[in-house]
Amino acid sequence: MKEFGYERVFDVPAAVALLDADPDARCLGGGTNLVDLMKTGVERPARLVDVRELPLGEIELTPDGGLRIGATVTNSDLAAHPDVRRRYPMLAQAVLAGASGQLRNMATVGGNLLQRTRCGYFTDLAKPCNKRTPGSGCPAIEGEHHNAAILGASAHCVAVHPSDMGVALAALDAVVAYETADGPGELALAEFYVPVGETPHVETALPPGALITAVILPPAPVAALSRYRKVRERASYAFAIGSVAAALDVRDGAVHEVRLAFGAVASRPWRAREAERVLTGGPATAEAFAAAADAELAAAETLPHNGYKVTLMRNLVVAVLTELAEEAAR
Amino acid sequence: MSTTTTAGPVTGTVGASYTRVEGLEKVTGAARYAGDVPAAELAHGWLVLSTVARGRIRSVESDPVRGMPGVLAVLHHGNAPRVDGNYIGMLGRPDPIVEVFQHDRVPFVGWPVALVVAETTEQAREAAEALVVRYDEEPHDVAFSAGHAGIYTPDGDGMLVEKGDLAAELAASVHVVDAEYTTPEEHHGTMEPHAAMARWDGGRLEVVDSNQGSMWVAQELAKLFSLDPASVRVRSEHIGGAFGSKGVRVHQILAVMAATVLDRPVRVVMTRRQMFSLVGYRSPTAQRVRLGADADGRLRALDHQAHSLTSTVHEFVEASAGFGRPMYAADAHRSVNRVVRLDVPTPTFMRAPGEAPGSFALESALDELAERCGMDPIALRARNEPDVGPVSGLPFGSRNLLACFDEGARRFGWADRDPRPGVRREGRWLLGTGTAAATFPVIVAPSTAAVTAEADGTFTVRIGASDVGTGARTALTLLAAEALDVAGERVHVRIGDSDFGPAAISGGSMGTRSWGWAVTAAGRDLREQLALGGDIPPQGITVRSDTSAAVGSLTQKERHSFGAQFAEVAVDVTTGEVRVRRMLGVFAAGRIVNPLTARSQFVGGMIWGLSMALHEEAIRDQATGGHVGADLAGYHFAANADVPLIEADWVDDPDADDPVGIKGIGEIGIVGAAAAVANAVWHATGVRHRHLPIRPDRVLSAGAPAEGDGDA
Amino acid sequence: MAPSTSSVITLNINGEKYTLPVDHRTTLLDALRERLDLPGTKKGCDQGQCGACTVLLDGRRAVSCLQLAVAAEGREITTIEGVADADGLHPVQQAFLDLDGYQCGYCTPGQICSALAVIEEHAAGWPSAVTADVRPEAGVPPLTADEIRERMSGNLCRCGAYVSIVKAVARAAGTEAVA
Repeated sequence: MKEFGYERVFDVPAAVALLDADPDARCLGGGTNLVDLMKTGVERPARLVDVRELPLGEIELTPDGGLRIGATVTNSDLAAHPDVRRRYPMLAQAVLAGASGQLRNMATVGGNLLQRTRCGYFTDLAKPCNKRTPGSGCPAIEGEHHNAAILGASAHCVAVHPSDMGVALAALDAVVAYETADGPGELALAEFYVPVGETPHVETALPPGALITAVILPPAPVAALSRYRKVRERASYAFAIGSVAAALDVRDGAVHEVRLAFGAVASRPWRAREAERVLTGGPATAEAFAAAADAELAAAETLPHNGYKVTLMRNLVVAVLTELAEEAAR
Repeated sequence: MSTTTTAGPVTGTVGASYTRVEGLEKVTGAARYAGDVPAAELAHGWLVLSTVARGRIRSVESDPVRGMPGVLAVLHHGNAPRVDGNYIGMLGRPDPIVEVFQHDRVPFVGWPVALVVAETTEQAREAAEALVVRYDEEPHDVAFSAGHAGIYTPDGDGMLVEKGDLAAELAASVHVVDAEYTTPEEHHGTMEPHAAMARWDGGRLEVVDSNQGSMWVAQELAKLFSLDPASVRVRSEHIGGAFGSKGVRVHQILAVMAATVLDRPVRVVMTRRQMFSLVGYRSPTAQRVRLGADADGRLRALDHQAHSLTSTVHEFVEASAGFGRPMYAADAHRSVNRVVRLDVPTPTFMRAPGEAPGSFALESALDELAERCGMDPIALRARNEPDVGPVSGLPFGSRNLLACFDEGARRFGWADRDPRPGVRREGRWLLGTGTAAATFPVIVAPSTAAVTAEADGTFTVRIGASDVGTGARTALTLLAAEALDVAGERVHVRIGDSDFGPAAISGGSMGTRSWGWAVTAAGRDLREQLALGGDIPPQGITVRSDTSAAVGSLTQKERHSFGAQFAEVAVDVTTGEVRVRRMLGVFAAGRIVNPLTARSQFVGGMIWGLSMALHEEAIRDQATGGHVGADLAGYHFAANADVPLIEADWVDDPDADDPVGIKGIGEIGIVGAAAAVANAVWHATGVRHRHLPIRPDRVLSAGAPAEGDGDA
Repeated sequence: MAPSTSSVITLNINGEKYTLPVDHRTTLLDALRERLDLPGTKKGCDQGQCGACTVLLDGRRAVSCLQLAVAAEGREITTIEGVADADGLHPVQQAFLDLDGYQCGYCTPGQICSALAVIEEHAAGWPSAVTADVRPEAGVPPLTADEIRERMSGNLCRCGAYVSIVKAVARAAGTEAVA
């Protein structure tokens, strides 16, 4: 780890000014990913701007009935918040499925959005990686890739996004609010993460020097009946090999509204819009759920050792939506 | 030490449950491990490891790094003190990695190429990361398989053992199971990384270390650095897990080199990632098992061919094929261990070396044979219970395997089991149960001990033992108290110091048996001396023991621990998730000294088996020859949520002919446990998993059972 | 202008103040172990992947290996050395000792600090990943063995003491009957 400067900031303008002045500065929230990456040498910031004491630690109801979640709210506080648990249970479940109690106490919502892939090639400086060193290659494609992406990947990178929280946020149409020296801005989560393409090292559309200030959840009555389910290689404290965030509103046996997003299948939380389109207005049956999953996964491109994810995601979609449909019928 | 509030009588010593004598230190953070011991003027060493799998070091460009803040030295093959690795150590010739920094050859990714020493760890780390090392790279081969052209059968005891006419017996068999099983590269993963601090003090080399045998490490350091053995002292008070990985390793050697060059104390601590290439590991195995049986399940033929890998610089064999030799009567036995040399680090002993992967293969095959014969798996094992060693013909010291199965089956509810696979469902989970047998040899090594009657009425035991978490310190306290016929509170056991003289290492489940023998002998002698009366002088009265002669005169027998493992699993075949719901292990392991800590060891071993079955796998990248995900997020072992209520117990297992009666319990808990889990997965789903770990992707990819699955 | 890469900080640890200069790279874990002679907090992986370095920050559990010391200034830090008080062991420590909730002991300080927080988090009504219904209307989930297992999963133990650890946490929490 190389030496760096450290500044603790107490208001947003001060933070933005520091980030604007130094392109090699990084925000330090909980540090649960950044400090680890600094130790492995993947991240080498010249300056850390400690944002934990910014006045961004509140979760507030918005006038339209949504939630505004401050960027420095910890994962623990997010998951424990009564309005999150009541209105968006899938979000609380997703956060609780991630990491450990210790890490959730440290990690912040803003930092969670910006966490980097856990691909074993990315975190090892002795190995090539286009995401870490553009142009060096993606050895995962020929090498170890059993947890690699099946959707939206490219010949340049097959890494998956590690976030659980982000999967629920994708399903909930979350909006990321930020502040720059030029003023505030917003990005819908769908635009926040950019496709891999030929530039896997570019992960978000956040402007340079931007400070994430909040995540805004629009009202989503459908989310009152929602679920996050994660499959991983041990029962806890492991990253996903596949996950589903789902919300379902069934009226008279038909799907009135559905939200569906996948985790650990792409470089970003994957909103399954094709599946949602196929489902909406149709019957809430296992067959329909399977057909919708197939429609979404028709675009899947697999490698020799990650083809199981197609089966896994299909089965997860059917299982989770079936559970929700049964609960809706009660 | 106190008796527990939950178990055992409060009077008496051996056989009652006592909490650990060092427990207060461990729960308050006062226990100092090797990396916790302070020293004035301490400097910190940080390892630099090779990034190529084979080749030569062209240059170590240390000049820019030497000028970095706080950097004191950059040691490498061009400037390091010379050492002599041409010696015979306790385990024979040492792995040539002990000759670290003596030449420019690189035999695997992760070979030490430099040590940066600096005033602080932060400075050492940055300089180590900045150090440029250039290589002349050569093509490498890290691809392990049973069919590798370089496979050979090593010389040496136990590599190939044959009895009877295997081909004829197989041909005459009604049922034949012929299947291949694989286990992956597995790592010890001690929670405490390897750490050592070395310093010269008045002409004497002192090393504060974390190891399985301080005398062992001291003697090898003395040989390596051509020092008078009496001038080397190694201490290892508390050890944060070992499992076979904490012998002579480069951290001690490099700490000594740096302390010698700089003439100040130097500590070298491995990072978690460095541990994956520097402390040994369990070789992957590819095993073929052929069982031939009569219609009623009587074994005619048992053939076990086990393949493993080793490095190009040293031969270590994961001798998995030996597991069945004392286990089952069969007219013909053949077991062979083969190995291939690849451009990888040398594997080493890891909890139940040989028996852990060997039992997975053979005990899975037995389950397949039971299915083929339409027999209960326990009945199949009972049918093939031998009267004497099936291969050796020697009598057993004590053999209570069937008693373990009887007691285990009763407690587990085995009698109610429906043998059909894939028929029990609970929500999304398919349920199944499985069983397997376990065995581990009873080993003993000569030890010396000193017991002192102090003037204040207490007793001090000094022995070169190590407590790697086994509870050895507590067990020896109980054994000494028994021998002296005094309360345990009056006995203080001091261990982990090479100055205490030769003793067995903590390994091979031999520790408590070997040390206990010496402590008991000295304690009894002292009690007899004290019985004669007289005052105790200020320096106390010390009696020493040496069990070399007694160990040498043990009669030749088949001496083993045995056990029966049971597991119940739940499998969601739509997601591939496997959860163990309960496990029970019943063991016949001689005399149990301290039930509280013994149970912890058995259960801990069983958790290793669970973890081996479902989680553990180090993945090597063929292109670079190094690991992918060499950390605790990439190498999974069981977390708390993976582990259900696991119970372990034991049956009486006396051996009138054995002078100690203690058999050792460190390894046997893992043996057979992975097979019991895998057999339960078959019972749940109808699909055989012969390749560990049983990861979700493998369960999903296996799909439904194929017609005739398991046939040869 | 190159920023300063070190600072003089004051850490509040176990109720005592320690003032020291730190390299900004120094983690709280290394500050405790290397600078302040408080090595009860253990380094298992140094990457947030094992939990051995767990301490309490402002009463909440955190891994000290990913916490920069300079960023811990102003926070109340409790380490294993500060868990027992003058009257003796904390009930969590006593339960680990009595029930053999450890073997080698290296993960134990982190397990104990984590257990202290688990009991508090549960009392505060926090759900976990195994809580069937996370909605606040569902109330505080009972602290079953499964809840303890999930909540303690951020603390790896290679010796395999989990079964006793769960029993110890249940005893200290007074929920043995539930478990």
